Amino acid sequence: MASEAVAQPILTADGTPLKDSLRKSLVRSRIQASLLVAPAFLFLVIIFVIPIGQLMTRSVDDKLVNQFLPRTFELFDQWDQSDLPGEEMYEAMFQDITTADKVLLGRATIRMNYEISGWRSLIKKSRREFKKIESGPYKEAMIKTHKRWGDIKYWQSLGAMKDEFTLGYYLNAFDLRYDGDKNVVQQPKKRQVYNLLWWRTFVVSIMVTFFCVILGYPVAYLLATLPLRISNLLMICVLMPFWTSLLVRIVAWMIMLQQEGVVNDFLVWTHLLGDDNRLPMMYNFTGTIIVMTQILLPFMILPMYSVMKGISPNYMKAAQNLGASPSLAFIRVYIPQSLPGVGAGVILVFIVAIGYYITPELVGGKDGRLIGNMIAYHMQQSLNWGLASAMGLILLAGILVLYWVYDKLTGSAGMKMGQ
Amino acid sequence: MALPAYKTPVQRLGHYSYLTFAGFVLFFLVAPLIVIVPLSFTSSAFLNFTSEMLALDPDAFSLRWYKMMIGDCSDPTITTVCSDKWKNGAANSLIIAVFATLFATVLGTLAALGLSRPAMPYTKAITALLISPMIVPLIITASGMFLFFSPLGLIGTFAGLIMAHTILGIPYVVITVTATLVGFDHSVMRAAASLGGSPVRNFFQIMTPLILPGIISGGLFAFITSFDEVVVMLFIGGPETVTLPKQMWAGIRQEISPTILSVATVLVILSIILLTTVEMLRRRTERIRGITPQ
Repeated sequence: MASEAVAQPILTADGTPLKDSLRKSLVRSRIQASLLVAPAFLFLVIIFVIPIGQLMTRSVDDKLVNQFLPRTFELFDQWDQSDLPGEEMYEAMFQDITTADKVLLGRATIRMNYEISGWRSLIKKSRREFKKIESGPYKEAMIKTHKRWGDIKYWQSLGAMKDEFTLGYYLNAFDLRYDGDKNVVQQPKKRQVYNLLWWRTFVVSIMVTFFCVILGYPVAYLLATLPLRISNLLMICVLMPFWTSLLVRIVAWMIMLQQEGVVNDFLVWTHLLGDDNRLPMMYNFTGTIIVMTQILLPFMILPMYSVMKGISPNYMKAAQNLGASPSLAFIRVYIPQSLPGVGAGVILVFIVAIGYYITPELVGGKDGRLIGNMIAYHMQQSLNWGLASAMGLILLAGILVLYWVYDKLTGSAGMKMGQ
Repeated sequence: MALPAYKTPVQRLGHYSYLTFAGFVLFFLVAPLIVIVPLSFTSSAFLNFTSEMLALDPDAFSLRWYKMMIGDCSDPTITTVCSDKWKNGAANSLIIAVFATLFATVLGTLAALGLSRPAMPYTKAITALLISPMIVPLIITASGMFLFFSPLGLIGTFAGLIMAHTILGIPYVVITVTATLVGFDHSVMRAAASLGGSPVRNFFQIMTPLILPGIISGGLFAFITSFDEVVVMLFIGGPETVTLPKQMWAGIRQEISPTILSVATVLVILSIILLTTVEMLRRRTERIRGITPQ
């Protein structure tokens, strides 16, 4: 190096060493670049990252019942849970219920109902009845107002609500729960819905992905091998639904698939189907699959197309020249080269499908509902935000893992949106 | 595609059935969109093709559902509820989409410019963060924003929706502008600087015209995303901010009338216009770079 040979640092025109000057200018351009990115970055952190982070705290937060029953929980650890608690705990419960803030009571009892569905009515009724009880002993008097106070399972269920931090919602999302001793147990049979929903969401996404591959591969191949003039024209058929409003496409499918719809009319008209046994294709599982496949097909075709476009036709020619039949050449030479595109499309479609909400909500009927619909239900109707957050985050974790794989498969070229 | 003469009959059969299959899939993609167009001109209140329509009887067609859509209730044959709701919905959608697009385009373009500088640290992680709203399912984004916005009083306000839609639009702008900048020749900027232009002037006079197609297509993506968005709207919207998609959502769930088909037809035409614009911009970028489509 020149600087070592001369043993004196190279200076710039104004006399500072070149190294310092370079470093300074690097820092300056680094700051400039960061300042350009900063507005978008900060905006995203505040409006997007923090809300999702709040979902995380919400999914493990269990303070409500603690605020509602402080005296009872103080005594809870001393109780051995084998028999009904003693007089002091009844008194503590009595005090907690009669002195609690009304709003807090309302919210906390909703939470308590997730453990045993009788809690809310028990406490609401007790709050009214307890006014008549003037002095102890409370145990007997409370059991007299409502016999559930004499049922040990209510007392035991408090154990699952004792900690301010809980993984209970995550357990709930898989049809599990804590019992009073914080052991993980199965939910009672009539409350088991979530495992079925996860499974259905998974099956629907797999099926939609599968159909997209089957339907998309030939089209992508056709588009990649036709002369550009024609393939650009056909590409419109792929891009137009991609650009059309989601709701428009759903309405269109309702027209097509309903009982009196175009498809059924056509089948009856061609006498393939009797007028009285029209196929039910809407508001069920079939409808969800058909509509989601059409909606997600462009997501499959576009990455496949961009990979296939890069496969030189000479490989196929060479393989056939070496004696392979066209079909063998296609299977052994073309398909392996197109697999990165297929992989990218598969993961993309699967990621989008697994988080779908609108389509199943509108065309799914009862047995086409997916996990996204359940999140919306808990968010907007049952107001079980803890469970909704936990389910959302489980879903998000799965999607991020898949996206990471997708990113590895496609490099940064993956997200081009058909360009 | 004509086949060479040496192909065997089996190969021919295979080839033609493959073409038929691909044709069927392309038909499957566009058929539903085409079907709604004639149906939107029906004169009946039902959503299927009547035999009069199939016989092309002029009486079977009318513009009454389009009149209803624009809130013209003078037609005496209109018996269903007729109101300005579609017009208002379109206006609200437009307000939200325009502002969200504006913010997303400015923020996204600036970010893309920063990210494409060689000096920018943590490029990969920051890019991943900026495009994450596109990957996170809308239902999760919507839930998070709902819980975040409620204590701030932003539920049911235009400000809340515009902010939310800006977030959803940023990834598209970042991706398209970054892609445009990949092909950008930075020596042009150095030449401009050496000729004495100030950085700001160089940006607006030299760089902007060259990357404008990328900015506009990113903006169009952001616009269509906002204009079509319904999940976040369902969570953080209110009665004052009912947008067109929200109105369609309500219409689909309650009384699905042919008016929805008129709206859908208008939206299909809008999407064709946007698609054509983006395609033309893409070709322009390629021409500027000297890469003609092969």
